[in-house]
Amino acid sequence: MSLSDFLSNATSKWLRDDGPDSDIVISSRVRIARNLTDRSFPMLASERDKQSLLDEVAAAVQQPDVQKLGRFELLKMGDLTDVEKQVLVEKHLISPALLEAQGGAVILREDEEISVMVNEEDHLRLQCLLPGYQLDGAYQMVNRLDDALEETLDFSFDETKGYLTACPTNVGTGMRASVMMHLPALVLTGQIGRILSAVTHVGLAVRGIYGEGTDALGNLFQISNQITLGQSEAEIIGNLHGVARQIVDHERGARQYLLRDGKEQIEDRVCRSFGILAYARQIDSKEAMQRLSDVRLGIDLGIIKGVSANILKELMVATQPGFLQKYFGHEMSPDVRDVKRASLMRERLRMEDGE
Amino acid sequence: MLCEQCGERPATVHFTEIVQGQKSEFHLCESCAREKGQAAYEAMVGAFSVNQLLSGLLHLDPTATQRAGAPASRCENCGLTFQQFAQIGRFGCPNCYQAFSHELGNLLKRVQSSDQHTGKIPRRRGGVIGARRELSRLRQEMHMRVVEERFEEAAQLRDRIRSLEQQLESQA
Repeated sequence: MSLSDFLSNATSKWLRDDGPDSDIVISSRVRIARNLTDRSFPMLASERDKQSLLDEVAAAVQQPDVQKLGRFELLKMGDLTDVEKQVLVEKHLISPALLEAQGGAVILREDEEISVMVNEEDHLRLQCLLPGYQLDGAYQMVNRLDDALEETLDFSFDETKGYLTACPTNVGTGMRASVMMHLPALVLTGQIGRILSAVTHVGLAVRGIYGEGTDALGNLFQISNQITLGQSEAEIIGNLHGVARQIVDHERGARQYLLRDGKEQIEDRVCRSFGILAYARQIDSKEAMQRLSDVRLGIDLGIIKGVSANILKELMVATQPGFLQKYFGHEMSPDVRDVKRASLMRERLRMEDGE
Repeated sequence: MLCEQCGERPATVHFTEIVQGQKSEFHLCESCAREKGQAAYEAMVGAFSVNQLLSGLLHLDPTATQRAGAPASRCENCGLTFQQFAQIGRFGCPNCYQAFSHELGNLLKRVQSSDQHTGKIPRRRGGVIGARRELSRLRQEMHMRVVEERFEEAAQLRDRIRSLEQQLESQA
């Protein structure tokens, strides 16, 4: 199979499409936790309990209200190979914790924008993941799915505590909303630390998508709400909006500053990274992420032309171990992986030349 | 770059460890990282996991610890004891919230910003709750109008409150 066919078959819609503000906001995600009444949470549930929950949920998905939202497929973790499971994690459709859980399953909509984890920490984790800055759209979609499932499922809800969850850090709305942002100019200009520490003071959390804290690989950061009780869904998303908007503006400002006051430097950095990705014969994931971030910045600043901006998110996922293994069809040691990763990068950049 | 630990395989795992402000960088191969990672993970779980933090919060509250010592604190539905909850930081089933409500004290308020849910109510099963919430909102608004001496608006609100009350009673 050619690389372009592989990528279009193997990647989710959020990885292929652009969205609003996608020069900075890579993706928007909302997930909500729901539990059924009178059943033990998965931590204490027996194999039989988990299976019967799964049956009940599978039946609920067949209801017309849910079917109106699209075609869903149920995948049991026990039926998947290690590589298939790994790829689902790399596409951000399931959490690594679901792999550990016995009796776990995921319900995926065809376009993979919607996924429902079953028997993870909570009975259900509903997720909507959209490209670009579409927090409201993601919430609306997850909210509709929630309503549709609630037509036949009895969710445990308490008048004062809200939706009850296995961990008290999720109780209330059960909602975690987040945006993934690419912030290379704030990192290069050294402002990122100040901004991130400010963010944590207003009830939001920041973490690197890969790597930790300000050493985030590929300059990718995820900003999400911490609090789930005492604020409504609209307030939580509103807060996140307020902060995300400001960060987007700061990043745009910093990019203009780089172009104005350090044009040669930034051009050099970006073009070097492009050269390395286009010609390297082996590359580890840390360097790959950094070079991809540089190239993406170069595309956004108009320094590199004729390469699609999607290359960052597409390759950040496609060069993860699970994807590499799936593409090349065999298991490999880390050093072989580095060689294959470089080869996939070169091939992907050549695809652009042909277009 | 070769692995710093064994010097044999190429370093593919890079991470930064910050211990009490001391920053150290590591460049390891996968197998050495796994060994190192195990230790690092255990060290981390000891200090940083949400659950550990939760149980830390519970133990900070002396009244909660006393209450935890009481023999009766067990959830009838799933069998989880409050001591177990304090250790793992997760509930066993939805009924645990009710079963441990005394022992929990103000834990929720400390973990979250408040202990009162103001967000979504389930559409099908939450109808009555929604009406009650609407009722208390209308009552507050009515009092405000009275204080502002806008009696005509207050009277309109009173009528809406009455009809909502009647609706609720007929459902009950």
